[in-house]
Amino acid sequence: MLKIENIDVYYGAIHALKGISAEVNEGEIVTLIGANGAGKSTILRTISGLLKPKAGQINFEGKSIAGVVAQDIVKLGISQVPEGRRVFANMSVLENLELGAYIRNDKKGIQEDMENVFVKFPRLAERRSQLAGTLSGGEQQMLAMGRALMSRPRLLLLDEPSMGLAPLLVKEIFSIIKEINASGTTVLLVEQNAHMALSIAHRAYVLETGRITLSGDAKELAASEEIRKAYLGG
Amino acid sequence: MDFSITQQFLQQLINGISLGSIYALIALGYTMVYGIIKLINFAHGDIYMVGAYVAFFATTTLKLSFFPALIVSMVVAAIVGMTIERLAYRPLRKAPRIAILITAIGVSLLLEYGGMLLVTPQPRTFPALFESQVYTFGNIVVNSQQVIILAISVVLMVILTFVVQRTKIGKAMRAVSFDTDAARLMGIDVDRVISMTFAIGSALAAAAGMLVGVYYNSIDPLMGIMPGLKAFVAAVLGGIGVIPGAMLGGIIMGVIEAMVSGFISSTFRDAAAFAILIIILLFKPSGLLGKNVREKV
Repeated sequence: MLKIENIDVYYGAIHALKGISAEVNEGEIVTLIGANGAGKSTILRTISGLLKPKAGQINFEGKSIAGVVAQDIVKLGISQVPEGRRVFANMSVLENLELGAYIRNDKKGIQEDMENVFVKFPRLAERRSQLAGTLSGGEQQMLAMGRALMSRPRLLLLDEPSMGLAPLLVKEIFSIIKEINASGTTVLLVEQNAHMALSIAHRAYVLETGRITLSGDAKELAASEEIRKAYLGG
Repeated sequence: MDFSITQQFLQQLINGISLGSIYALIALGYTMVYGIIKLINFAHGDIYMVGAYVAFFATTTLKLSFFPALIVSMVVAAIVGMTIERLAYRPLRKAPRIAILITAIGVSLLLEYGGMLLVTPQPRTFPALFESQVYTFGNIVVNSQQVIILAISVVLMVILTFVVQRTKIGKAMRAVSFDTDAARLMGIDVDRVISMTFAIGSALAAAAGMLVGVYYNSIDPLMGIMPGLKAFVAAVLGGIGVIPGAMLGGIIMGVIEAMVSGFISSTFRDAAAFAILIIILLFKPSGLLGKNVREKV
């Protein structure tokens, strides 16, 4: 579904991604794990069109999307939940979800999807007219996910959904990610919490300073000595 | 009955509110553009002049009546505003902020002196579009121009508030202004939203230009400088980037100016306006309605 081949991405003079190749197949949950600053978010930002790769190819459903601008990437069916949620804090929950459906014009479908989001995240339903900035971190994460789903993506990019959340909430969020995947959305998940990420993913890539150092089946990686030492604390 | 202090006060209050609604209309353009691309668009006051001239030619050469001329003036100014953004500001979107600020000053001078070349520096007499009527309540005098200025300004601000709060493009504007990258991830075409912001801001300034033409009967190519600066002060006073702030700031500016001219001396009017700027920057730089937001990293 998504095929990244040999991409190089720079932030000014900093060579952030060095020849990254990765693949996400339809129906999978694929996770990218790695330490802070390894380039995980950069990959997602590049897929979403916020950054342009200097070299290499990105293909989505057979079409080349490297260099396509962000607003058109959403229309192709890729939606991102950015790091730190980035909800529109000055707007209500409802307005945030409406903005998630910005590219759509089917009023009825939008309404239905909004109801679906409220079923998935009942806490958002209670707070629908509240300003997003007044929500707790977990609720903001749910809102950011709901908002991303409103564009009906076929591929959902999640950047550190567990960041700053209590363990119980992390569990809840991850079980919702599994649900979203089970209902047919392919997921590419970036995480520092390697343990949680590997527990729900089918496959995983390990990123170190802009290079992919390991990849494979998530269960096997979770069991491997190298990963245990580096990312799972023993 | 003597002309008492209270009546004098009420009279100046009315003068101030109608003048202030002009400032408010101009200030809205400053604040909306700042809210979205963090640019103090110094050419904005000159768009107000362009609006006044378009209205002048629409009513004299084209013989249009008030409302059609108002629409023509707003539409032309919107196009001028969008063109300026497209040609002068958009290529500098990623340049240091000082570059685009200097460009704005350049555009401002271009409009002022290009305007002189095009329509001559001589002031023109704006045609009387209404039979001026004077209403008196006790000793307080209100003329029909003041009523029209206030009515049109209020209607435009209500429409603007509706657009920003309720429509899709308005929500997109607020999203871009809050977090540009997050807005892009929603599929919002940021360039188009910025262009629309310039269009709306310019149209409001043009309306102000025409209203001033009707009120003072005289327009000239440099007429935008002072009201432009004062509207900028009004926007800062209300909290730059905050739409209701621009409305409030404009009205307060107008009222203070009227009070200073009424009770002290009209020669201190302009000094008062800029004293406000200094005071607000010293004591509450975020403005009356502005929030103290931390710079996003």
